[in-house]
Amino acid sequence: MLMGFKRLFAFLTLSAIAPGILAQDTAQETGESVERWGVNMTQGVTEVSRTTYDLHMLIFWICVAIGVVVFGVMFYSMWRHRKSKGYQAAQFHESTLVELAWTIVPTLILIGMAIPATKTLYDIYDTKEADLDIMITGYQWKWKYDYLGSDVAFFSTLATPHAQINNQQPKSDHYLLEVDEPLVVPVNKKIRFLITANDVIHAWWVPDLAVKKDAIPGFVNEAWTRIDEPGLYRGQCAELCGKDHGFMPIVVKAVPEDEYHSWLSDREAAAAKIKELTNKTFTFDELYARGEKIYNSTCAACHQPGGQGIPGTFPAIAGSKVATGPLNGHMSMVVNGSSKNPAMQAFGAQLSEVDIAAVITYQRNAFGNNMGDTVQPIDILNFKNK
Amino acid sequence: MAHGPKPGLTRWLYTTNHKDIGSLYLWFSFTMFLLGGCMALVIRAELFQPGLQIVQPAFFNQMTTMHGLIMVFGAVMPAFVGLANWMVPMMIGAPDMALPRMNNWSFWILPFAFTMLASTLFMEGGAPNFGWTFYAPLSTEYAPPSVTFFIFSIHIMGASSIMGAINIVATILNMRAPGMTLMKMPLFVWTWLITAYLLIAVMPVLAGVVTMMLMDIHFGTSFFSAAGGGDPVLFQHVFWFFGHPEVYIMILPAFGIVSAIIPTFARKPLFGYSSMVYATASIAFLSFIVWAHHMFTVGMPIAGELFFMYATMLIAVPTGVKVFNWVTTMFRGSMTFETPMLFSIAFVILFTLGGFSGLMLAIAPADFQYHDTYFVVAHFHYVLVPGAIFSITAGVYYWLPKWTGHMYNETMGKVHFWLAFIGLNVTFFPMHFVGLAGMPRRIPDYALQFADFNQIASVGAFLFGAAQLIFLFNVIRTVRGGSKATDEVWENPQGLEWTVPSPAPYHTFSTPPAVQ
Repeated sequence: MLMGFKRLFAFLTLSAIAPGILAQDTAQETGESVERWGVNMTQGVTEVSRTTYDLHMLIFWICVAIGVVVFGVMFYSMWRHRKSKGYQAAQFHESTLVELAWTIVPTLILIGMAIPATKTLYDIYDTKEADLDIMITGYQWKWKYDYLGSDVAFFSTLATPHAQINNQQPKSDHYLLEVDEPLVVPVNKKIRFLITANDVIHAWWVPDLAVKKDAIPGFVNEAWTRIDEPGLYRGQCAELCGKDHGFMPIVVKAVPEDEYHSWLSDREAAAAKIKELTNKTFTFDELYARGEKIYNSTCAACHQPGGQGIPGTFPAIAGSKVATGPLNGHMSMVVNGSSKNPAMQAFGAQLSEVDIAAVITYQRNAFGNNMGDTVQPIDILNFKNK
Repeated sequence: MAHGPKPGLTRWLYTTNHKDIGSLYLWFSFTMFLLGGCMALVIRAELFQPGLQIVQPAFFNQMTTMHGLIMVFGAVMPAFVGLANWMVPMMIGAPDMALPRMNNWSFWILPFAFTMLASTLFMEGGAPNFGWTFYAPLSTEYAPPSVTFFIFSIHIMGASSIMGAINIVATILNMRAPGMTLMKMPLFVWTWLITAYLLIAVMPVLAGVVTMMLMDIHFGTSFFSAAGGGDPVLFQHVFWFFGHPEVYIMILPAFGIVSAIIPTFARKPLFGYSSMVYATASIAFLSFIVWAHHMFTVGMPIAGELFFMYATMLIAVPTGVKVFNWVTTMFRGSMTFETPMLFSIAFVILFTLGGFSGLMLAIAPADFQYHDTYFVVAHFHYVLVPGAIFSITAGVYYWLPKWTGHMYNETMGKVHFWLAFIGLNVTFFPMHFVGLAGMPRRIPDYALQFADFNQIASVGAFLFGAAQLIFLFNVIRTVRGGSKATDEVWENPQGLEWTVPSPAPYHTFSTPPAVQ
C-alpha cells in the first residue's frame, strides 16, 4: 500500500518534469548499500560505537523485561479482575514491605546500568595522545575542516542539487547525505576533533563513529575516533541552526594511511596553485562561469538560486543596492560581511581571491543586474591589503 | 437565580467564579490544542515524502517552533490550570479560589499573549523559527524581528502562570474544609500543590532568560554572545533550569487525575496513597537537579556529565513507584472500562513506554547517539501526549457529567479513544526507529532511508487529529443536553466533588462540608 503510494507519487513527479534530465551519477558510491527500514542504532565502525551499541541494547532489554512484568500483571488484572466477570474487588491499599521493595529493586537495577555507562563515558572523554588533529568549524550551512599542522583546509557543502530537493529530478541514492568534499581521514589512527562554530550552534554527528558534539561559537569542544574499516560514513548536523539545518550533511571518507598521505600532499599542491592564480587575468566568461558555481554552492542557500532572496530574511541580489552600486561596497560586503546583519558572513577568509572575484562578477551580471563590469582576483587582493 | 451567573458576555469577561474561569481555561486550551495540532499537521504533511512539497524550510522552522510553544504554554498548561480551577475548590470543600479577582486576570491575559504570538506569523521575516528551546545565539543574533513580540508574550504567559500558581497554593493551604488534613487531600490536589510550587520557582527563570535575550538584542549586552565575552551555553543552563521542571509541570497534575480515575473504575482504594505523595515530591525535587541531561553534548566536564546522568537515572525510582502503585490498584479490583478509564490505562502503559525511552536517554554515552534525533521526539511525545493530553481528556470525560449534569455519549467516547490511541502509536512509534537509524530532529526534508516510517507517522498524525473532532463534538453535545447524570455519576467514586449535585451549583460549599 505504502509502496503503491510511493510509485504513484514518483510517477506523477517524473511525468511532470521535462524529459531528458539525467539521473545523478552516483557510480563512485556504489560500494555502499542503501539501507531501507532501518530500525535500530548502527553498530558503527569504531570501538566506542560498538560499546555504545551494546550499552543501548543492554538498557533496552532491561526495559523490555520490566515492561513484560509490569504490563503482564496489568493485562492479567484487566482480563481476570473485571466486573463483567463478577469479580469482587479486594480492599487492600497499603503494604510497607511491597512499597519498599519497589524502591530498592529498581535502585539496584539502576546501579547495574550505571557501571558500564560510566566506563564508556570515561573512554569517550579520553582524547589524549591523538595521531592527528582536525579542526571542525560549523557555519550556516556548511562545515569547514582544517587539518592542523598542514595547509589543507576546505569547506564541505551539500552536493544534492536543488532540483532534486524540489522534486524536479529523481533523487539520488544518498539524497541529502552527499557533499562536494568529504572529510578524508586515515583508518586505524586516533583522530582528535576540535569542534567549534562561527555563527550559531551546530552539532557534528556521524552515527557510525558514535561522535556527536556541539559546535559552539566561542568554545572548542573535543571528541575523538579511531575508524576500523575504510569506507564512507555519513551524518548530519544535529542542532537546529537555522533555515538549512536539514541540508548540512557530513561525509567522512576513511582511507588506508598511505592513500591519506598522498591525498594530503595533493591537496597542499592544489592550495598552492590557487594562490598562483591570483595574478592571472581572467576573461569575463571564465569569471561568470566560475562565479555561477560558487554562487550556487555558497550564496544560494540564503539569497536563493534565482537571486530573489527571502523577503524579510535574506535580501535579494537581483536589483540590490549592493550588487548594482559601487564596486567597493560590493567587495566590502563579500569580503568583510555585513555589520548590520550577522547572517551575512565575511567570506574573505572562506573563499580564495579568484572565487570572490568570480562570484562578484557573476552577481553584478546575473539576475538581470547587467552591470557589465568584471572584477579580477588581483583587485580583491588589493582590496584586502588596503 | 439569586446567586447565579450574570447573563450575556459580561459574565465571562468579569467572572470571578472558579467554575466559569475553569471553563474559560479549558476552551482556550482546546482552541490552542487545535491550532498547535494544525501546525503539527503542516509538519507531518511536509514530511510525508522526501523532498520539499508543501512548505519551504524557513516556514517549516516557524511551524515546529510555534507548534512546540503553543502546545506547551497554550494547550497543556492552561488545560491543567482549568481543571485545577474547576476541581480544587470542589475537592477541598472551598466555596471558590482564594483570590478570585486575580483568577480573572490570570486567565484573561492569556488570549492576549497568544494573539500576539500568533500574529508574528504575519510579520515580515515570519514567526519565531528557532525551536521551542530557542537556543542563543540563533534566537538572539539571527532571529527575525518578531522575536521581540515572542519575548513579550512569554513574559505575559509567565505572569499568568505565576498568578494562577499563587492562587492555587493560597486556595489549598487556606481554604480546606475543617478536618481535611494535608494527608487526606485527594492526590489531584496534592500534585497541583507541588506543581504550583514548581511554577513559582521556575517561571521567573524563564522570564529572566528571555529578558537577557531582550537585552542582548536591543540594549547592547552580551550575555549569550561569545564575541562580546558572553556564553551561549549559559543560555542553555538557564533555559533548562526552567525547562526541566517545566516538563514535570506538564505531568504531575496528570498523575493526580489518573490517581482519581483508576480507583473509581477498579472499585478499590488507591494503593499506596502516602508513597504516591512522597514520590511526587521526590520527582519535583529531582527535577531541579537534572537539567543538564538536555545538554550532554555541549562539552561538559566528565564530573558534570556523571552527576547529571546519575541524578536523571534516579527519577526512574519514584516514577516506578507510581506506576507500580497504579498497577497494584488495578490488581484484584473489579474493573470496568468506561472512556475515562480507557484513557487512564492508556496513560499508564504509554507513559511507561515513554519512561523507558527516558531511562535510555539518561545514559549519557548512549544519549550522544540519541540526542537531537527523532528518538527524542518519540520519547517526549510518548510522555506528553498520553501523559498530559490523554490524562486531561480522561479528566474531562470523568468530570464532564459533574460539570454539565449530562452524561456524554459513551460510544462516541470509546470511538474517540480508540482512534486517538491508534493514531498516537502509528504517529510516534515509528519515530523511535527513524531516530535510532539517524534522522535528526527539526529537519524539513530527509534522506531516503527514512521515507517509509515518516509516511506511516504522517498518516497516524492525521488520524490522531481527526479523532479530536469527535471529542469536540461529544463535549458540545453534552454541554447542550443529554441524559441526566446522577450526583455520584460513577459507582462509588471518592471525593467531595461527588457529594454535590450534578450539575455542580454555581456556588458550592457556602457552608464547609464535614470531613471525617
